[in-house]
Amino acid sequence: MNKPLRRIAIFCGILILALLVRTNWLQYVEADNLNENDRNRRIQIDRYASERGNIIVDGKPITGSVKTDDTDFVFKRTYVDGPMWAPVTGYASQAFDANQLEKLQDGILSGNSDQLFFDRTMAMFTGDKKKGGNVVTTLNGAAQKAAWKGLGKKKGAVAAIEPKTGKILALASTPSYDPASFAGYAAKDEKAWNALDKDKNKPTLNRALREIYPPGSTFKVLTAAAALEHGAVKNIDEPTDTPEPYILPNTRTPMTNLVTGCENVSLKKALEISCNSVFAKLADDVGREKMLETAEKFGFNDPELFTPVRVSESVYDKEMERSENSLSAIGQFNTATTPLQMAMVTSAIANDGKLMKPYMVDQLESPDLDVIEKTEPEEMSRPISPETAQLVQQMMENVVESGSGKRAQIGGGVKVGGKTGTAQHGANNSKRPYAWFISYAKTGDGSQVAVAVIVEDAGGTARDDISGGGLAAPVAKDVMQAVLDGKE
Amino acid sequence: MSVVTNTTTIGAIEAPSRRNTELMMLAFAVAVPVFAYINVGLALDGKLPTGVLGYGLGLGLLAAVAHLVVRKFAKYADPLLLPLAVLLNGLGLVLIWRLDQSQRLIQRAEYRWGSFSPDAPKQMLYSAIGIALFVAVLLVLKDHRILQRYTYISMAASLILLVLPMFFPARNGAKIWISLGPINLQPGEFAKIIIAIFFSGYLMVKRDALALASRRVMGLYLPRGRDLGPILVVWAMSILILVFETDLGTSLLFFGLFVIMLYVATERTSWIIFGLLMSAAGAVGVATFEPHVQQRVQFWLNPFAEETWRQSDQIGQALMSFGAGGTLGTGLGQGNSDLIGFAANSDFILSTVGEEFGLAGMMAFLMIYGLIVERGVRTALAARDPFGKLLAVGLSGAFAIQVFVVAGGVMGLIPLTGMTMPFVAAGGSSVIANWALIAILIRISDTARRPAPAPAPSPDAEMTQVVRP
Repeated sequence: MNKPLRRIAIFCGILILALLVRTNWLQYVEADNLNENDRNRRIQIDRYASERGNIIVDGKPITGSVKTDDTDFVFKRTYVDGPMWAPVTGYASQAFDANQLEKLQDGILSGNSDQLFFDRTMAMFTGDKKKGGNVVTTLNGAAQKAAWKGLGKKKGAVAAIEPKTGKILALASTPSYDPASFAGYAAKDEKAWNALDKDKNKPTLNRALREIYPPGSTFKVLTAAAALEHGAVKNIDEPTDTPEPYILPNTRTPMTNLVTGCENVSLKKALEISCNSVFAKLADDVGREKMLETAEKFGFNDPELFTPVRVSESVYDKEMERSENSLSAIGQFNTATTPLQMAMVTSAIANDGKLMKPYMVDQLESPDLDVIEKTEPEEMSRPISPETAQLVQQMMENVVESGSGKRAQIGGGVKVGGKTGTAQHGANNSKRPYAWFISYAKTGDGSQVAVAVIVEDAGGTARDDISGGGLAAPVAKDVMQAVLDGKE
Repeated sequence: MSVVTNTTTIGAIEAPSRRNTELMMLAFAVAVPVFAYINVGLALDGKLPTGVLGYGLGLGLLAAVAHLVVRKFAKYADPLLLPLAVLLNGLGLVLIWRLDQSQRLIQRAEYRWGSFSPDAPKQMLYSAIGIALFVAVLLVLKDHRILQRYTYISMAASLILLVLPMFFPARNGAKIWISLGPINLQPGEFAKIIIAIFFSGYLMVKRDALALASRRVMGLYLPRGRDLGPILVVWAMSILILVFETDLGTSLLFFGLFVIMLYVATERTSWIIFGLLMSAAGAVGVATFEPHVQQRVQFWLNPFAEETWRQSDQIGQALMSFGAGGTLGTGLGQGNSDLIGFAANSDFILSTVGEEFGLAGMMAFLMIYGLIVERGVRTALAARDPFGKLLAVGLSGAFAIQVFVVAGGVMGLIPLTGMTMPFVAAGGSSVIANWALIAILIRISDTARRPAPAPAPSPDAEMTQVVRP
């Protein structure tokens, strides 16, 4: 009987071996997939197992963590001025996952990141409880508050950048939401979540980074820069040889101006009074390829811009007719941009032609406040030469001094350059236009802040009164003022 | 009769009893779970658990009693079986106690049944009863061959045990329980031992007929029609269990056990082929009309599907638990295997092992089970009588199949069945029955390794020896 016995022994061995192979498969090969499974509650449990680190602005946390008596989630996220900061923080909810910084820096905030391995190991020996690290942002509390207050009940967004470094100083979006309202997983959290989800005004949309708008006349700044850079205009004070009416190339459509006095006007004057015809002609002189090249250097058509929160791709159409190129150059046709993108254009001009990569995380800190990672300012591109940049600055400053941007004047030795925009949209311009304003403020120490403001729909304002200069410029002024006040 | 040469045993000279080896390993088998217990306490509360003394003393006492009884009444028994079983039982207690501390499970129990009662003390009691049965078996059963006398009584007993649950209400979808007032028994656990006794006795008598009276067809020895009777009966029984008790595990165990023992008894490969064909036909046949079986297969194939998740998230939760353990595990008391909820400390206790001990711990656990099986089969090889051989291989085979079916089910290797991990899972029947199983294996190994007594001075004996070369 021993021969079959040996075979049975082998058979039993194979059974055990099959189990051993299976456990290796599950716990080694498949482990990562299982750990990332959407149904795995451990992700959420881990996120709230220990006191979550904070997101910091100006040295003060704008988030918090409270202990709960729940068995699954020991801590719950809280927010300071949640709606104001939501475009920066995003949310971290026990029931609805997380987004933006809360999600992207979850490793640091929850304390599970490999970058915190050393701290965790030390804590194991010292017996300390695991704690999350902090995310220190580049934002400026006063500027953010100015932006938030300036937008008020209006629908819109503000993005402000420090031109020399690319630090994002303000990032506001209205209407907003309070991430604390659905931080838990109780019935009321679900109700709040569903209400936000169904809201027609899309309060959870981060308009500053994720919504693309037709830029309208603010885009003329870029067109002016391209014209100077590519030699279509040599002197900003010389006449531009523009007929009135200007007929769009290869068409019979005249390019209408909303103002008079555009015939053969100089570039500087054209920007001041915002002549459509001049910029439409210049774009055609520069040519589509060169226009596209400059726009892309300023950051258009880049789907991979991370601040680290992803920024939606701003568009300057790659395939179009000459006439369409002319329309695009005045911010119409398919041209569309995020508020941050317009702030980047402004900041590159204000920084003498050097575009810095925008970022909002200054540094990551371990739970004992050691710096783990610091973001260094990084040059993204040089869309225009310093000479061109200075000429465009002159023109933009002229707009604020004597053109449509008067309401952004600060005075007291601060040079402010800007450009208004009133972007029509909807079929036959049926919808309420968007009011734009882009500007920068320059002191003796160079450019301090570049800002883009858009007001989507100013409830209560008569349609004819919607203008970049009237609605958006005061907001931009307050934001710039707040940044400058902070520097003193 | 001056020179006694015994050609059948290892040697007449003082065979080592290995009892001291066993004692030393028992010390480890008690120490490891005690450290594990302390580990859980430190991880959960940050201080030494108060129960550690009682737990350590209890486990130590049980191990000591078992050891002394083996030392006295089964001196030559295999030295590994007892320590391995004590280690598993001890770690099982720690795991159950650890899950008793889970707030998630406590709240769940309070919500569902209004109150929560810890399982660890009960399991300690069951372990004590198990050891008592172990001692009783060794004391009463001086020679395993006595069991041969009860072949047909065993048959009757096992039939009753297997059929009884049909008359009791299903618990959690499977009819594998009998409830007598406050006591709930899983008769299948006991039936697997008793049925092995029956098969051994039956096959020992019939093996020649089954092995020799056969026709050779296409290189295979096919049994005669009338010899097919018993296997058909057993097959029909296991199909009935599957259909009426919706218990895939017991059915598989029962049939697999029979095929293994039939093969060993007859040395005919044809039986294995026959057995496999029959079980495949049976499983497929039943699966076509039995929704419970179909459902289990669906759960197994799509553990994360929406449909599965709505009905039962157990397998998916168990799989994620294994994944969460990774290579080294989260450490005792620090995992979330309690997310499984229902049956976390019984059928699914292995996922706690996987999550908190990691891959390393799982391999160790499986190897311990593998070692027990290996020592069992080795005992079968060493046994000198066919009944002992059959019984030993039957018991270890049943043990191996059970481990495979349960662990394979929890790890998603095969469809899940309602059985428990021997010694580790919470549940009285399982622990008690498996201690009896180990006791019988120890008894057989003792008989097998015991130096043969000097043959009685009988003329017959001498004559037989003369004939040998």
